[in-house]
Amino acid sequence: MSEIYVLAEHINNEIRDITFEMLSMAKGVADGAGATVTAVLLAENTADLAPKLQKYAAKVITADNAKLKDFNAAVYQSVLSAMIQDKKPALTMIGHTAFGMDLAPSLAAEAGIPLVTDCIKIKLDSSVITAERPMYGGKVHAEMNAKSENGFIVTISQGACPADDGTQSGEIEKYAPSLEDEFAFRKFVEYIKAEAGDVDITQSDIIISAGRGIKEQDNLKIIEELAEAVGGVVACSRPIVDAGWLPKDRQVGSSGKTVTPKLYIAIGISGSSQHQTGMKSSGTIVAINKDANAPIFNIADYGIVDDLFKVVPALKEKIAELKK
Amino acid sequence: MDIIVCIKRVPNTAEVPIEIAGDSKSIKLDKLTFDINEPDNYALEEALLLKEKQGGAVTLICIGDKESEEVLRMGLAKGADAAVRIWDDSIAFSDPFVTASILSKAAGTIKYDLIMTGCMAFDDGYAQVGPMLSQILAIPHAAIVTKVEISEKSVKVQRELEGGMYESLDMTLPALFSIQTGINEPRYASMVGIRKAAQKEIKVMGLSDIGLGADAVGEAGSKVKLGKLFIPPVDKKAEILEGSAEETSAKLAEVLKGKGVLS
Repeated sequence: MSEIYVLAEHINNEIRDITFEMLSMAKGVADGAGATVTAVLLAENTADLAPKLQKYAAKVITADNAKLKDFNAAVYQSVLSAMIQDKKPALTMIGHTAFGMDLAPSLAAEAGIPLVTDCIKIKLDSSVITAERPMYGGKVHAEMNAKSENGFIVTISQGACPADDGTQSGEIEKYAPSLEDEFAFRKFVEYIKAEAGDVDITQSDIIISAGRGIKEQDNLKIIEELAEAVGGVVACSRPIVDAGWLPKDRQVGSSGKTVTPKLYIAIGISGSSQHQTGMKSSGTIVAINKDANAPIFNIADYGIVDDLFKVVPALKEKIAELKK
Repeated sequence: MDIIVCIKRVPNTAEVPIEIAGDSKSIKLDKLTFDINEPDNYALEEALLLKEKQGGAVTLICIGDKESEEVLRMGLAKGADAAVRIWDDSIAFSDPFVTASILSKAAGTIKYDLIMTGCMAFDDGYAQVGPMLSQILAIPHAAIVTKVEISEKSVKVQRELEGGMYESLDMTLPALFSIQTGINEPRYASMVGIRKAAQKEIKVMGLSDIGLGADAVGEAGSKVKLGKLFIPPVDKKAEILEGSAEETSAKLAEVLKGKGVLS
């Protein structure tokens, strides 16, 4: 029976959520394709982590080696490339994360296997794969197709599939990786945490968040005034931090913070999946954007399709009146 | 330090509605403006900063039709030394591996210590070409790079992870780094630079120059094919408040008050 491999992603000896999301998605894909799900765990010491994966897979392949302690795309690629060519899984799933995006493309190129990235849906039919993925910041989706006799590699979007409750008890298969190379060309040094600033946005009940639509740094002022009127804090999407207008610790999204305030007002934010990852569990979500098709409206509770420079100052006045 | 920067011209779609074209595989481009792909612009700036510190030449490579010369000219105006444009109509719809293969052929004709790309293109969002190119050229890579420090003794890079985390790596050259937005503050071209760039030659390469047949590129040569584009189905849609800005903001304020979030 063919196998679907899911690469377990871990950091600081903890398995990341994307792993369980992928294993849950893989179960559905495997059922449709007459395949089984195998978790692949590469680590310094797999004994601590493997039991969590056994609940979600028919089999867990474990490879223990000190060089696998911290994720290093070069080292992981060396092990996975040999494993895939040896065992020929029908499909290998890797997270569309900073780790996976560093690993999957060069792995696919080395193995000569088709790669589809940032997938939210997968259908596997022996030698044909169909995958759905966002393009143009999520405004459109694409159906991708590939044919291969040597299997496929996909990266899966974070949050594409909710993790179910693992009810299996997969067997463990030990794998001895050949890791003689020193990998001197790429050495992991350390993890670094972004500096904490004066405000912890994750602690606020109300977040007023600004995006690319505000156009200029001076326009942050109307966002700040609205935040003050409602008693919230100012946060932002990635382009505002890239431009240096707000510090990194104000950024909401997969590479920034995940927030769950009672009220999240997204202003001039189109709502890429990376941004949505950081705020979609907020209580009430309001979006103000001039593009009616912006993906942010697909997760917002209330929307205003208009020029933010008209709406935001007016909203500040209305709220101030109601709070009197 | 000689550096290759791979750049792409893409439509600006962040703040405008987009429509799917008749072929169902592309979007309507006639009303859109175009620019250098944003991460590529940061990659270019990082290359120019390294060149200013360490000397050497910056060469731009772009796959694209004649219109892509505008982003190459802009790169030359900012301080790049040479530019290569690769095109043949059969290249359209190449998958990322074929794209990386095409770039590798051009890179093979240029002396380099370092290759920089953007970490993803904002149109297709594949985020594959940089690391695939490094694999084809058999050089190490680091993806989603947010800091580059190169001295005579060491090559240190920082990669962006999730949740405000980064990782630092020690690398060796030659290498390829795919650059994340925000790593620096991209400069604007000066008027003098723009005038000078207008005189510079852009080397144009076709399929025969890169030694690939029409069947090895484009959709024909690609393992991964784009079937179709579609507007994603929506399970839940926001309740859109209608009216003038005065009216919509008043309605929203009432809704928020009703929900008790304004107390």
